[in-house]
Amino acid sequence: MAITLSGDQAIASPPLSARLTTPQVWGIVLLAPYLLVFLAFVVYPVGYGLWLARHPASYVALYHDPIFARAAVNTLIFLLVGINLKMAIALFLSGFFAQQRTWIKWLSVLFILPWAVPSIPTILSVRFMLNPEWGVINQLIFKFTAEDGPNWLNDPSVALAMAIGVHIWKSLPFWTLILMTGRLAISHDLYEAAEVDGASWSQKFRYITWPSMQTLYITCTLLSMIWTLGDFNSVYLLTGGGPADLTHVLATLGIRYLRLDQLSLAMASIVCALPLVLPLVYFMMKRLSR
Amino acid sequence: MKLPTLREVGTEAKLLLIGIPVFIWTMVPIYHMFLFAISPKEDAFSGKLWPDHPTLNNFSIVFHQQHYFLRDFWIQFFNSVVIALSAGALTLMIATAAAFSISRLRVPGGRWVMNLALFTYFIPAAFLAVPMYRTMGNYGLLNNHWSLILAMVTIASPYAIWVLKQASDKLPVELDEAATMDGATTLQLFRLVYVPLMMPSLVAIGTYAILLAWNEYLYAFLLLSRDTEITLPVALGNFLAADDSPWELLMTTGFIYALPPAAIYYAFKRYMVGGLTAGAVKS
Repeated sequence: MAITLSGDQAIASPPLSARLTTPQVWGIVLLAPYLLVFLAFVVYPVGYGLWLARHPASYVALYHDPIFARAAVNTLIFLLVGINLKMAIALFLSGFFAQQRTWIKWLSVLFILPWAVPSIPTILSVRFMLNPEWGVINQLIFKFTAEDGPNWLNDPSVALAMAIGVHIWKSLPFWTLILMTGRLAISHDLYEAAEVDGASWSQKFRYITWPSMQTLYITCTLLSMIWTLGDFNSVYLLTGGGPADLTHVLATLGIRYLRLDQLSLAMASIVCALPLVLPLVYFMMKRLSR
Repeated sequence: MKLPTLREVGTEAKLLLIGIPVFIWTMVPIYHMFLFAISPKEDAFSGKLWPDHPTLNNFSIVFHQQHYFLRDFWIQFFNSVVIALSAGALTLMIATAAAFSISRLRVPGGRWVMNLALFTYFIPAAFLAVPMYRTMGNYGLLNNHWSLILAMVTIASPYAIWVLKQASDKLPVELDEAATMDGATTLQLFRLVYVPLMMPSLVAIGTYAILLAWNEYLYAFLLLSRDTEITLPVALGNFLAADDSPWELLMTTGFIYALPPAAIYYAFKRYMVGGLTAGAVKS
């Protein structure tokens, strides 16, 4: 057995006692707390969960549950529409916030708020704004048009769009900040040279900005996919999965089955997301641990 | 004073055309919450953009627990504080020890543990919640603050270890060698050399873990249920169960609950943005 320490040196193994120095014994002692947490709260739960999800009957039941099919479709819509929209806006706004203006600096301080404050009060605030009778949005619509506004959260597709909006509201600042860091790392000389050559705004983006940021953008999109799959709050706090359980995503569906005491269905619905999650995780691990 | 050229005015106008919608988009839900908090009940539902009679009465009702939804406000506030601080402290201890062990002591298998930790970081939190809920039941920890504290430590540690390892890899090896030559033991090295030098990263990570635990809703809602044990976000969620929720009080409580993280974020902004965003995505 050889243990690779940092990739370049491999140590052939004499007996354990001779191999370990005092600092290494301390190393093991100091690492032990995390290992214990990992074993007790990651390995055991995940293993136990997979064991609970072992019956094919659960998957048959899921397959026949229309709520599951709807949740799977909603999850895909959330990922495809929500993330691409969010990342595209973040890419655009990263250019805006990279401008050197005092007022833009101040705006960026406020812009970070949705990310910095907890989701529950702000999402409930949006939920109330969308209330058909007392919500401020329909009150304003009524004031200006003398017509009743739509019942925002009662139509499943509108409600899902609102949940995507809430998700974007909450996580846009974080990704804008990351992409802005990427933009600021691009050498200014490139833009100056391009300007001398008379390059247009879109040419500068196409030939300088995008090539330098492509990798970062793709990594961010994938990481955002993983996190969005786990976003319970945007849907649960805004619509509660309703109306008629038609706005669930996989993250809220698992919890729904759990609340209904259908634990094996809850686990099975999560296992169904694994083919989507595992390749993403593999890619991210490769990128971050190199 | 130099007059701006037409072109400069044009650029500024274009920037404002982006900036104003961004400002409105960002602030509307937050302002709406604040507006409710300072409005008497009848103004809150009127659709006005500023109340006719702004008042702090809602805050007084919340602080004096003068509504049956709020009779445990202070104990729930205190629960949130205790859980966030405990999770922060525990994460910091576990992650600092692990990062020191992996990065400075180069413990055999350290890289493996690092990868396992990263793997945990990428499990979507809502997916781990289901098995974790069941496991906490098996451990007999449900409805016990420890369940939430340990869940938060589990979720915060991987990222904490990863960021701390990146930071500690940057400390020169010579420091450790010099201290060892002077006769420092491993623990002295940890306590007297490593921890002081890592202080900025430790502040960032401690803040991160505290905010994570303070803001957590899903795990808190699954793992705790008694009115005197739940944290503030769960109490806020419980308002929703009622048909006649006092929304102005809900928003006031929400506003109070959102203030500490916002304040902490701005106080530690320098550390947070540097430490956290750089660690989130290595480009």
